Amino acid sequence: MAKAAKFELTDDSVVVIVGTGAGGGVLANELAQKGVKVVALEAGGRYLPEDYVNDEWESFGQLAWVDPRTTSGDWRVAKDFSGLPAWIVKAVGGTSIHWAGASLRFQDHEWKALSTYGPVEGASLLDWPIDAAEMAPWYDKAEAKLGVTGVGGRARLPGNNNYKVFEKGALALGYKDVHTGNMAINSADYDDRMACQQTGFCFQGCKWGAKWSSAYTDIPRGEATGNLEVRDHAHVARILHDDSGKVTGVEYFDKDGNLQMQKARVVAVAGNSFESPRLLLNSHSSMFPDGLANSSGQVGRNYMRHTTGSVYATFEQPVKMWRGTTMAGIIRDEARHDPSRGFVGGYELETLSLGLPFMAAFLDPGGWGREFTTALDSYANMAGMWIVGEDMPQADNRVTLSNTEDKFGLKVANVNFSDHPNDVAMRNHAYKQGQAIYKAVGATRTLPTPPYPSTHNLGTNRMSERPEDGVVDRNGRAHDVPNLFVSDGSQFTTGAAENPTLTIVALAIRQADHIAKEMAAGNV
Amino acid sequence: MTRLNKQGLTRRALLSRAVAAGALAVAGPGFIAATDAAWAVEVTAISEHEMATLLQMARDIYPHDRVGDRFYAVAIKSYDVTEQKEMVAEGIAALDEAAKKAGFDNYLAAGWEDDRVAILRSIQDTPFFQTVRGGLVTGLYNQKDIWPIFGYEGESFSQGGYIDRGFDDIDWL
Repeated sequence: MAKAAKFELTDDSVVVIVGTGAGGGVLANELAQKGVKVVALEAGGRYLPEDYVNDEWESFGQLAWVDPRTTSGDWRVAKDFSGLPAWIVKAVGGTSIHWAGASLRFQDHEWKALSTYGPVEGASLLDWPIDAAEMAPWYDKAEAKLGVTGVGGRARLPGNNNYKVFEKGALALGYKDVHTGNMAINSADYDDRMACQQTGFCFQGCKWGAKWSSAYTDIPRGEATGNLEVRDHAHVARILHDDSGKVTGVEYFDKDGNLQMQKARVVAVAGNSFESPRLLLNSHSSMFPDGLANSSGQVGRNYMRHTTGSVYATFEQPVKMWRGTTMAGIIRDEARHDPSRGFVGGYELETLSLGLPFMAAFLDPGGWGREFTTALDSYANMAGMWIVGEDMPQADNRVTLSNTEDKFGLKVANVNFSDHPNDVAMRNHAYKQGQAIYKAVGATRTLPTPPYPSTHNLGTNRMSERPEDGVVDRNGRAHDVPNLFVSDGSQFTTGAAENPTLTIVALAIRQADHIAKEMAAGNV
Repeated sequence: MTRLNKQGLTRRALLSRAVAAGALAVAGPGFIAATDAAWAVEVTAISEHEMATLLQMARDIYPHDRVGDRFYAVAIKSYDVTEQKEMVAEGIAALDEAAKKAGFDNYLAAGWEDDRVAILRSIQDTPFFQTVRGGLVTGLYNQKDIWPIFGYEGESFSQGGYIDRGFDDIDWL
C-alpha cells in the first residue's frame, strides 16, 4: 500500500472535502482513484471494526455527534431530546458506520415529486433536475460498490426471528413485496469483506466489516492511491473566498485546537444536513452577507427527516428480535404514490430492533409507570419495525444559526421542524398498518412509538433547476459559487420514501466524475 | 460506577430497624439496607430518609417486580454527593409535602403503589422529578446485571454473533 499523501496547507491544487461519510468519503476515494489530489477534513476521530463496541450507550459515547445543537418547532424530538435532534456519527466514515445498510433506489416518480403529486399546500415541493434514467447507471455503480443484496446476482440475507414475525404478518395482510431487503450487508464474502454473522449491533458499527462503511473501504482505498490525505479531528470553521466570489480554502481547528487554513482549488461540503448549511451560514462575508451560496435564501431551508416512527408489539412467546441483522426486512407495498390513502407519497416498513438500554430510552421518551415498564418486561417477546416515508419539504423547517456557541466559539445549528399534515396522515396510516401486521400474528399488545432523533437528515442545501429555488445545481455545484459543491444528503430536492444512503453514494460517484472532468477542462 | 457495600450487620439488627422503617428498606444511621440484609448502601451526604425515599421513588417510576431493590439502589446512589444534597433535600421535602396533601405522613407512608404514583403525578413536571426519572433511564437500564432478567443477551461479537446460535430459531409461528 502506498504511503498516504500529505499535502501542504498552501497547496491550492487540492480538492478539500469537509466530511468523510457516505457522501464525502466516497467522493474522496472516487476523486483519488482518478488522480485528483484530495484533502478530506473530518471533525471526528478514526475508528475501525476492531474499535466498535457491542454496547449501545458505550458505542454512542464513542461515535455519536454530541456537540451542542438546539431545536425548535412542534416535533416531539425538540421536547424529549432538545439538544440531540439527530443520531448521527462524528468519525472518519461518518454515519456510514451507524447506518442500517438499507440500500433502495428511488422510485421513478419520486424524482418528479411536484409533477406527480401536484402542489401541496404548505409544502415547497420541487422536481429534481435529474431523473431515474439519468441516475440508473450511477445506481448500478453504487450497488456494486456497496455489495447490495438482491441485485447484481447477490443473494439476499437470511431472515432472522424479527423478520419471520414481520413476514408472516405482512403476508397475512396480503402484502406481496416482502423480503429481507436490498442491504449493503454481505450475504456472502464480497469485495474483501466477509459475510454477515447475524451479530446484531448494526447501528454500533459492524465489527466484521460485513456492512459497507466508507470508514474501512473507500477511505483506506483512497489513501492507498497516494492522492488522498484524511485529517481527523479537523473541525472546519468557515470557507474562504476571493474578490471574484470563488472559494479559495477553508479554515479549520486542528486536533490541538489551533486554527489552520488549507488552500483549495475546489471545496466540497459533506457534513450532513445540519453541519453543511451551518458551515455555509457561518461563512458569511461582506460579499455574501447571508451566508455562502445563499443568494436564494434557501440555505438551511426545506429540512426533511423522513416521516418515521416505529411499531413494536409483544407476543405470548419469545421473539429475541435483537438477534441478527437489525434491518434486514422490508414491506414495499405502501411505498407507492396512492392519494386514496389520504396522503401523497408513500412509505416503507422495515424491521428494526433496539437493545434493552435504547428501548428504555426511545420506546416512550418521558414515559414512566407500569404502562411503560410492563412493555419492557416483555422485551424478549417483542418484535419491531420502523416506518420510513416521504415527508414534505417546508420552507420553515430549517437549520439556522443558534445563539449557542460550540467550544470553538462557532454558532451551532438550530433545527426547527414541525410535521406537515401529510406527514401526520402518513404516519397514522403506517401505525395502523404496522399494528395490524403484528395483530395478525397474535400480538398481545402493540406500541406505536414516536420518531427517534433523526438519522435521515436531508434537503437543507437542495438541488434545483432554477437558482432561485435551491442552493446547488444538477451536479451539486453551488448556483452562486462555481468551485463549491455539496456532496451529502443536504442536496436532496425531496426525500422519497427510501433510506437515503444509496442515493447519496450514487450522487457522490456521479459528482466525482463531473468534478474530475471540469478540473481537466480547466473549468474549475 | 457506584458502590454497593455489604454491611457487617446482623440480620437481627436489620430486622429490628425494619420494624420501625417499613418493609422496603431499612434506614439506619449512615446506611440503608434491604430488610433481608442482602445489600446495603452507605449514605454519606444526604439523609437516610432521603435515600430511602429516592429508592422507593425509583421503584415507583420504573416498577419491575422481578428487579431487586439493589439495582434501583445502584441507579440512585449518585445522588448521595454534596453537589446534589440541596436538590435532593428540596425535592424530597416537596414530595413529602405533596404526600401530606394526599393525606399521608410522608411519601414512604403511602402503602399502595397507586397512591404513591398519584403523588408522583402531581410533581411530575418538576425539575426534580424529571432529573430523577431521566437519570434512571441509563442508571437502571444500562446495568448489565439486569439485562438477563429481561432476556436481553447484550454483546454477541465475542461469541461469533448468532449465525450458529439461533438468529432464526423462532418455533411458534
